[in-house]
Amino acid sequence: MDSAFIIEKSVVIVTVFAITMIMAMYSTWAERKVAAFLQDRVGPNRAGWGGLLQPLADGMKLFAKEEFEPNTPNKFLFFVGPAIAMSTALMTSAVIPWGDQLEVFGRTVQLQATDIDVSLLYIFGVVSVGVYGIMIGGWASNNKFSLMGAVRAASQMVSYEIAMGLSMIALLMMTGTLSLKEISMQQSGMDWNVFYQPLGFLIFLICAFAETNRTPFDLAECESELIGGYHTEYSSMKMGFYLFAEYANMFISSTVIAVLYFGGYNYPGMSWAVENWGVNAANIIGIGALFIKLCFFIFFFMWVRWTIPRFRYDQLMHLGWKILIPLSIVNIIITGICILAFK
Amino acid sequence: MSPILITFYCLAAITLATAFLTIYSKNPIHSAIYLVLCFFSIAGHYLLFNAQFLAIVHIIVYSGAIMILFLFTIMLMNLNKENEVHKPRITRLGAIVVFVVTSIVLTTIFINSKPIAGEYPTTGEDFQSIKVLGKILLNEYMVPFEFASILLLVAMIGVVLLSKKEKPGK
Repeated sequence: MDSAFIIEKSVVIVTVFAITMIMAMYSTWAERKVAAFLQDRVGPNRAGWGGLLQPLADGMKLFAKEEFEPNTPNKFLFFVGPAIAMSTALMTSAVIPWGDQLEVFGRTVQLQATDIDVSLLYIFGVVSVGVYGIMIGGWASNNKFSLMGAVRAASQMVSYEIAMGLSMIALLMMTGTLSLKEISMQQSGMDWNVFYQPLGFLIFLICAFAETNRTPFDLAECESELIGGYHTEYSSMKMGFYLFAEYANMFISSTVIAVLYFGGYNYPGMSWAVENWGVNAANIIGIGALFIKLCFFIFFFMWVRWTIPRFRYDQLMHLGWKILIPLSIVNIIITGICILAFK
Repeated sequence: MSPILITFYCLAAITLATAFLTIYSKNPIHSAIYLVLCFFSIAGHYLLFNAQFLAIVHIIVYSGAIMILFLFTIMLMNLNKENEVHKPRITRLGAIVVFVVTSIVLTTIFINSKPIAGEYPTTGEDFQSIKVLGKILLNEYMVPFEFASILLLVAMIGVVLLSKKEKPGK
């Protein structure tokens, strides 16, 4: 392992980290702007042009606010909760292929922090661990509303993980690999997986909403019943971490949807661009294409949030266990039959 | 010492420490969290063998599913020190006897067993890749694999039956 390799990987990792942070930051701004647009308002427009400095101002405010700790015997766990939520939100981006490759100083740089054989399972693992941040934080708050919020959030995430995993299995049967890099490569041109797996995509999208605790599945933060949900007792930057983790998760799930179903960094005519414009130019356009796709999904998350009201809790569980899971099993069977019939 | 050996010792220390803390901590939630950490360090051991699939599946199944349900139940049961059942002295004595006998049995097995750590022939096949793993599971170990899944199915149906007891007056 030469030192250039370590430098290369460090640069990629730090860049991905920075981009995730910036995207999460500006998602908060975009959320307000989209909400304002949908409700016929202006939205933040005081700090900077069009309110572009608003996220920085919010961050400053959260850092500078007084830290208030509830009377809890579990000070350490209270502190660990937001840390787990934030780190798991950031860890997922390690296996996402942001582009194919770049040639910098005569080296071929893979635009991915690591290409492990089981990267899709890795994402699942990290997502399932993310529940701990919510549960530990909610329990350590020593407040029954926080606990109920945490239990709701966790049970919702656990239930929807099953349907998500099953919809994933149908996709895997088609691609035959768990590596996100190979899945992206298979979709070159307009050969996107969404055309073969429309039902699987729909299930995955719904589950992504539930996993990120966004409306219409944000029962964990049901203000009228549960105050603020699992982060009721949190203040200052710990609270900021929970909110930030939600936006980081949203960014990552949009990216995963774009990579799995919408071709990732591929765009029509990419191989032509590689031949005529060179590897670097073609791949920079590819990164741009991936960002356009994922920004659309981030917008979609917000669009849904400000359009559809929240489910009732029993409706949520009904949808998860009695509709999505059987549907995804049917999807697996259909995929199997199609593979047998056409290949 | 090679970096891998150092990593192994650190992981082993974490595994043992968290396993002991699981037993010794008074608070059941702390116990559960230590157990989660223990599972994570075991996944680290798998990664040292380069068994990525096993490590990730271990995390998904044990830390991501089973322990979360455990934490759930413990949190909702609201276990306090006051309503903990006090065990009589004879139970403790019995526990000690059982523990000693089990450890004697395990140590004798450990001493008498002859660990086979022969050289494996390199076939050039990557046994970490899921493709090879799947082929082996569904060819050589097909029957045990299917039996395991039937066992899980039976357990699942049993749980549903147990939790859906007939309501009185029906």
